[in-house]
Formats: sequence, C-alpha cells, structure tokens
Amino acid sequence: MVGNVFQVAQKLRNGSLIPSEVCSWCIRRSQLAKRLNVFITELPDYAQQLAEKSDERIALGKPLGLLDGIPIAVKDNYCTAGIKTSCASSMLENFYSPYNATVVQKVLDAGASVVGKTNMDEFAMGSGSLDSIYGPVRNPWSRVYARKRQMLTAVTSSAGVAIQQAQSGHGVSLSASQRIPDNYDDSYKSFSMEEDDWLIAGGSSGGSAVAVASGSCFGALSSDTGGSTRVPASYCGVVGYKPTYGLVSRHGLIPLVNSLDTPSMFTRCTDDAAAILATISGIDVMDSTTVQDCSVPFSLPDDASIEGLHIGIPEEYHAPGLSEETLDTWTWVADLFERAGAKVTRVSLPHTQYSIVCYSVLCVCEVASNMARYDGIEYGYRSEQALSTHALYADSRHTGFNDVVRGRILAGNYFLLKRNYDAYFVQAQKVRQLITADFRRAFDAGVDVLLTPTTLTVAPPYKEATQHDNRTMSAQEDVFTQPANMAGLPAVSVPVKLSSQSLPIGLQLMANNFEDKLLLTTAKWLEQQVQFNRLDLVEDSLGLGELVH
Amino acid sequence: MACVIITNIFKRNSFKKLGHFWYARSLSVAATRLKHDREWKAVIGIEIHAQIYSKSKLFSGSGTEYAYPVNNQVGLFDAAIPGTLPVINKRCVEAAVMTALALNCSVNKVSKFDRKHYFYADLPAGYQITQQRQPIATDGYCRCIVYNPAVPKYREPRELSVRIIQLQLEQDSGKSLHDEENGYTLVDLNRAGVGLMEIVTAPDMCDGEEAASLIKELQLIFKTIGTCNARMDEGSLRVDANISVHRPGEPLGVRTEVKNLNSVRFVAKAIDYEISRQIELLEDGGKVENETKAFDFKTGRTVSMRDKEMKQDYRFMPEPNLPPLRIYDSSDAVSHLDAHQVINVDDIRASIPTLPAAKRTHLVDVCGLPWADAIKLSSEVNLMEYFEGILRDAPHRLPKTAATILLKHVLRCVYKAKCSIADCNLAPQRVGEICDLIDTSKITWDIGAKLVDMVFEGETLNPAAIVEKNKWHKITDNEVILRLCQTAIDENPKAVRKYKEGKKRYFSTLIHHVQNKTEQCTDSFVVMDTLKQLVLCEYSKVTQES
Repeated sequence: MVGNVFQVAQKLRNGSLIPSEVCSWCIRRSQLAKRLNVFITELPDYAQQLAEKSDERIALGKPLGLLDGIPIAVKDNYCTAGIKTSCASSMLENFYSPYNATVVQKVLDAGASVVGKTNMDEFAMGSGSLDSIYGPVRNPWSRVYARKRQMLTAVTSSAGVAIQQAQSGHGVSLSASQRIPDNYDDSYKSFSMEEDDWLIAGGSSGGSAVAVASGSCFGALSSDTGGSTRVPASYCGVVGYKPTYGLVSRHGLIPLVNSLDTPSMFTRCTDDAAAILATISGIDVMDSTTVQDCSVPFSLPDDASIEGLHIGIPEEYHAPGLSEETLDTWTWVADLFERAGAKVTRVSLPHTQYSIVCYSVLCVCEVASNMARYDGIEYGYRSEQALSTHALYADSRHTGFNDVVRGRILAGNYFLLKRNYDAYFVQAQKVRQLITADFRRAFDAGVDVLLTPTTLTVAPPYKEATQHDNRTMSAQEDVFTQPANMAGLPAVSVPVKLSSQSLPIGLQLMANNFEDKLLLTTAKWLEQQVQFNRLDLVEDSLGLGELVH
Repeated sequence: MACVIITNIFKRNSFKKLGHFWYARSLSVAATRLKHDREWKAVIGIEIHAQIYSKSKLFSGSGTEYAYPVNNQVGLFDAAIPGTLPVINKRCVEAAVMTALALNCSVNKVSKFDRKHYFYADLPAGYQITQQRQPIATDGYCRCIVYNPAVPKYREPRELSVRIIQLQLEQDSGKSLHDEENGYTLVDLNRAGVGLMEIVTAPDMCDGEEAASLIKELQLIFKTIGTCNARMDEGSLRVDANISVHRPGEPLGVRTEVKNLNSVRFVAKAIDYEISRQIELLEDGGKVENETKAFDFKTGRTVSMRDKEMKQDYRFMPEPNLPPLRIYDSSDAVSHLDAHQVINVDDIRASIPTLPAAKRTHLVDVCGLPWADAIKLSSEVNLMEYFEGILRDAPHRLPKTAATILLKHVLRCVYKAKCSIADCNLAPQRVGEICDLIDTSKITWDIGAKLVDMVFEGETLNPAAIVEKNKWHKITDNEVILRLCQTAIDENPKAVRKYKEGKKRYFSTLIHHVQNKTEQCTDSFVVMDTLKQLVLCEYSKVTQES
C-alpha cells in the first residue's frame, strides 16, 4: 500500500478505501515482518476494533481528523492504558499502565488505530535496538543488502568498473524495487535467528522505524533523546522527525533523560510528519515543560521555494569515521540546495566535539535519578528476596535491569556524589550551554537550516555492531544527532539516496527552536528533489498498492 | 583573675599562717569563678516541616485529608508511576509566599526545585523534590515572647528574635508501618507528596523554653494566615532541633539532631535533656557525637536512631521537569501572562491579616492590657477572635474589662465544661453587655462573674434584665455601705479582735460578711476601704480609752 497519510485519507474520504481494510493490510504486513522483531505487543484485534469505529464515522461523513482510520504504532516506552508498557525491560515486563500518555491519547482521540507497541533498547538506552529483552530489531533492508552484496561479489569478479560506479555515489539511482525484483516478503521468511548476516535497525526506536519501513503502519510514535529516532530513520530509509523540545508533551513517556527526551515520530514522508505533529503537539497541563506555540499546527506547501534560504554546513561534522559515501551525499545535497538558489555557507559549531562527552554525563545522571523509582514496591519486577527492604531493592534492581542500565545508574550516581557533582554534572551543564550558544550564534548570523549527515555510515551489519559495547556504539551513532537534543532544536532525518550497497543514506536538517515549519518545509523540498526510493511495498488491488501474498 | 589572686598570695608569703589560709580559700574562689565565668552555653537551631494547608498535594491533584482510609489519596504521580510528571500547585506556592512574608523573609523571584535521592519504602520515586539550591524565600526573622509564669526564670515576658535562614517548598513522604513481629513493612502513601514548607532557623535559641516559644509563635502565625493547621499531634507540624553546647569564646560544639518532636512540650523537654546530657558528657571528659536522635517521651530521654546512622550522600540534582518558579510583584510587567497563572507577591502581602505580634503590641500599647493578658489572648487564635468579638461594634467598651472577664471568668466556665472557646455557646456580644454593666458601674465585678456563669449555663434573659430581675444593682450609697460595714464589725467581734492582733486574714471575714449580705452587690474595694476606716477608727477609740 504505497502512499502517505494524505493519500490514504483522501481515499478514505472518497470511499475508495475503508479504514478496516487499511488496518487489515497493515496487520498483514506486520505478520509478514514478524521476523524483524518489530513489535513487543501486537494489537491486531484492538486496532481492528478502532478501525471499525473509524469505518462508521467516515461512513457518516464525520471523521475525527486526518488521522482517522490511519494505523499508527507506538514505541513501548509510552504508557498505554491496559496494554503492557515494558520499555523492553524485565523490570516492567509485568507493567500495565493505568493511563495513556498524552500523545497516545491524542492519536486515539484523532481516530488512529494503534497496531502495536514497538521494540526498542531497554529503557531507550542504546542506539542499535539490540539491547531488548525481546531480542534485537532487524533492518528490513538486510535482505536487499545481502542480495546486493552477492550481486556485487559477482560483478567484482567479472568487471571492477561496476563497483567504482556504484561506490562513487553520484548518479547511482539504485532502487530496491528496480534491482531486486524478488518477493520482498519472502526475504523475511528466509531469515533465521542463527543467521547473523543482517543489518541493525538503529535505535533506540528501531521497532517504530521498522514498523513504518515495513508498512506495518503509516506513522509511528518514538522518542529521541540523543538520536533515537533520527539514527534508525537514517538506517531504515524513513523520515525521522524530532520536534522542538516543549512542543509535544512528555506526560506518559517513560523518561530516559527528561531534559533531552522529545516525543518524535517516523513517517513515510515529511507531510505525514507535519500531520502527526499537528495531532500530538500542544501545551499540556500534565507537562510543565510544554509551551504554546502558535505556529503549530501547520501543513507544508507543495511548491516551496528555497530561493534565498540560508543553509549552514557545520564544518565540525566532518567527523572521523564519516563514510565516503555519506560525505559525498552530503556534498551532493549541499550542491542541490545551492543550485536551487539557496545560500549555502560553512558554519562553525566549535563545541560540537565536546557534545557527546557532555551528553554521556548528563544522560547517566538523569538515568540514575529516573531509575530510582524501580524498586519493585509499587509496580514492576519484585524479587523474592525479603531479608530487608534494601535487600529487596538490590535484588529486584539487579535482576530487573540489564548491564547497560545498571552501568549507567552506577556512573550517574558516581557523578552526582557531592564530591563529584561540580566536576562532572555542573561542568557538563556548562558545556551544554556552550553547545546551545554555538547554535544560537549560527542562527543569529542568519542561518535558517543546518545540513549534516545523520549517521557516520549506512546501517552496519549485526556482526560488526556487536563488536562494540553499548556505550562505544552510542557515542559513535549519536555523534551528529545529540547536539540538537542539547539545544532542544527541531531536527529531521530525511532519506536521500541509496548507497552502493543499496542501503539508505539519510541526511539531517536542524533549525532554530520553534522553526519546525521551516525545517519540515525545507525537508519536503529535499524529499521532492531526491525522490528517494522507499522500500517498495508493491501495489495492491485497491488502487494504491498491491498486497503480495 | 584567678592568676592575679594567686600571685598576690605569694607576695603575702611572709604572713605564713594567714598566707596559707588565704591560699586555700582563694583557690576555691578561683575555681568557682572559673566555672561561673566560663559556664556552658547551649546553641539551638530548629528545622520545621509544616504541611501546607491545601486541598491537593504539591505536585498532584490528590487529596490531603488527615486520617483518610489507607492509600486512598494516592495519584499516579504520588506512587511514582512511570511517565508521570510533577505539576505545581499554585495554592501551595501562595501559602509558602504568604508564610515567608509573615516571617519577614525576602521572597526570591526565581526559585528552583531539586531532587534529593535516598531509598526508602515510603518514598516511591527514590527521591524527594525539594529546593536545595534556590529556595523560595530566605533571610527572615520571627519575634516571639519567652514567657512561662510557672517557671521563675521566665516569669517576666521577654522578646526573642530568631533569624529564619530559609523557607523552602518540598514534598512530604508516605508513612511506613513496621510490623516487627511478622517482619513486614506496610506503606501508606496518602501523605506522599503533600506540600511541606521547610523552615530553617539560625542557631539563635539557647534552651528548650526559647525553642518552645518560637514554635508556639509559628503555630500562631500559621493559624492566623491559614497556611498550615499547625497540629503537631497530627504531624502537620514537625520539629527537628539541632543542639550543641560550648563555652563562650570557644567555637561551637559538635551538634546532635533530635528529630520528629511532636509536641511543644516535648520540644522543650528534649532540648533541655539533650543540653544537660551533652554538658555532663563533656564535663566527664567525653565527646559529643554528631548523631541523629529521637525523643522517648516515656523516659524523657533522647535516644540514638541507629538505622539512620549511615552517612547519606543525597546526590542532589536539579529537577528537570519543573521550570524555574517565578514570582512577580506589581512592578513586573506580566500583562502577557494569564492572571490565573501569576503569583503576585504584593497582592499576597496585602491579603495577610494582622499577625499575632502586632496584635499583642496593639493590646499593650493601645488597649493598655498587661503583657501577661496580651500574651494569653494572642496565644490562641480562637481566644483572640472571641476577644475581638466582645469589642466588635462597641467602641465604648473597655478592652481591659473585656480581657479580664474573658480570661478570668469565661475561660473558667469553658474549662469547667471541658469544652473549648471555639465551640462555646456563649455569644461574645452577651459577654460584652456584661462588660458594659461593669464599665458603667451598674454592677460589681462579682455580679459580672455571676452573670457570666448564668448566661454560660444557658440563661436566656439578657444580662441587664437579669440584673433588673434580681435587683443586683451595685450599691453606691455610702451611707448604706457604712451601715453594712458597721453591722459586720458589730456581729464579728472575734474577727475584729484577731485582725487587731495582727492576723490580717481575718479581715476578709468582714468583707465576705458585707458581700454576702448584699449578694455581692457592693464593690469589694469600697467595702474594704470603709471597713478599714471603721476598724482603725474603733481601734484608735479603744486605744484612747485604755
């Protein structure tokens, strides 16, 4: 079912489609994508019930809004009333939230069908979606990648020229659907857990990213603390958008780092991101850090001109480890902008290099604090250990959390000790201010949008990714993304092109706080220019796309 | 001083015997002086946790009623359900600002919240939200009166000013009930998240009585402005005392903290016990340990709280979910903000009712009451209200009469009936009418007292009518009084004789005789004077005759 929210909504309005059909299609897709380990909790019956209510409303000509009847997936760190909210952790494996997160309530109120709760890194700590008690999430491009590699190997043996051409980046318009005519869904079936020749989805919101990429839903709610949405978006070839901090309520989002966490989303296109933002944003009395911004809701113009738009290219983002292909793509897009009349200049964000270290300190401090509530008393995993209250705590927390979570708690508590507080926490906060000031300076100097890579490389294979520990990996994967969280900026990762190995390369756009409309408008322009070939979901008989059995 | 005396003795060495005698004596004098000059001085600072009187909790919408069914006032946030966030209660902030102003503090326009971490079963989040770095108010003072007629040292009312270092907003914890027998700990979260004002004083007090006076004054202030019901028995006001002793001129001693004192009397007792314990310990060559103690009211001693001995590092961290708390004044431009969202310190200042200290001063300076009466009246909000009720709409009424009638007679009835002034049926206005009869000399004080008894018992006639009905008018005719007194003398020759022999108390027999004859309608002072004159006169007559 190719198409975006707007196209489907139009079909729903004119009666050529009904919500329960759309829902069934997505549920089918999610069944086929099962091996990718997208969902922690699948909700086919619930989604179908919601869709049937949409059927009635739409038949009466009274849809609740654009999202009425649209299947949506929700990351498992959002509280959902009566539905397990585990954060992919043993600690909350038995936790059924008594309430809905504000964003969940808002999508439900808008008539969307929630198809499931998506897999993630435990408590969103990670950037690979590998550290989940439910197992890792797999990148749907894995099969494409495997095929391509086979093909390249074949080509290499016959003609080396082809590789050169493929690796040069420019002019390569490999499309999954063009070059890999195989049955896409069969590729899932051929996966087995033993096989480690697959690609990671990126994290921590990998499940939500793959849910959108695989067609299991049209949009997915995620969170972004240091890149948890943009990194998997880049790896999975979908749009990953983190709005300005404060625009969307965090009430009901199980926190990682309160001052950085931003409810975010994956969509098939930038228009859908604007549509979901319109639904979920707004001041919330339950979250004192939300703000009223009158520029929201907005929709994106179809024929926006970028004439005169000032694009900044931060030179510090030429980081070590940046792949040749990503660099080329970055340059290529910068040229696209320039040719279209935008002013493209280099800018300097000198404190970028300290950002990841600063992020690590702030992150673990808040983690140590936020995780203190998981003691097994009121909810969550409770050990049988009953020697004393403290023995109960210690054992519940030891068993309930994985190594990554425990390691961060330990580090955070160390930094927060009275004797260390100034040297680490206070220092990190000062550095955070400097990073924010860097951005402020660039925007004050007239830059409208910053253009950077989202990740250093395309999605790495599982084998490669697991050579590093979680901490090293986060430091690598989040290097381009977490500065935006430090400053609260809106940022979006847009899939731009496929690499020589037929894997998506995403670029990141960042704008000043509350310039979300400008950001997404620019992103939409880019999207229109590059015509990225999404993972093809094959046309179906309903006129939008065909379902492959 | 001691040294000087000893040197002198050596100079007097030639007078050996005398010198020896001097030497011995002077040593003992020196020792006494030494002890006297360098006596121990106690230094006491207080920390108060006052529950804010508000319908809902500091950061959640759940209720705050005392003794509510267990775990029935627990919101999602109070139980630290994941994903919930704190939302500040405006009423709590206003109460803190009002309290801060009443304690002469400067209110900080921007204050911040911090997390204080420790693991305890009744602290569901694993941290308490408090204001460690930037509290809502700082630098105030509270003036109280140290006065206790039962103790000679405090019989004279004395004003004490105690500096307030800071006032901060924070969450209360839940309650843990330890079932030692079965090895359970039961947790009640009804109290978890109730708003507290933590008030920290400077170490400006030096004994239990002074600390108790401060607590009483604070209770009074809280009740007057309605920011805390100040019930120590219900735990809505809790006191921790920091106590150390040192010799003047020396650095402050090591302090101990006595926690959770739950009555004013225990505050005084615990502090005084702890002071003498520390002095004794030091005099015996021991060392005071910095420890947390509890007061055992059964034994009157302080005991170590072993479970809290471990040194805690609270790992303070800014609360990231609450933006800085901003408080405005009339000079700030707040037009762009919703008026309901804004807390204006000037508006709150204007709404503070007259505080107890000002009322006391008014009673003494303007109403001419003695300090003791002023202190007594202002010691209880209801009593003060009753007093003001007596004087309401009656500018002619004398406050002194009203105070006497209320404190002596109305309270006597109240105590006897074992009720309180708040639920006493006797309307203040009727007491006022009795005062008027006294002020206009229509009745005597004794009749006034009798009228109070009668109306308190339920007599429905108004006081003037009762007087009319019983013919209880004050006898003012001097001839009549003279005659009554003469009769008393004539009919009590024995009392007159005894009095003349110097047994003064027999004189009252004569007064009572007249009073009883007239059903207390004579002014006892007038009777006394008249009797004195008559007896003296007779006395002189007798002496002349002999």
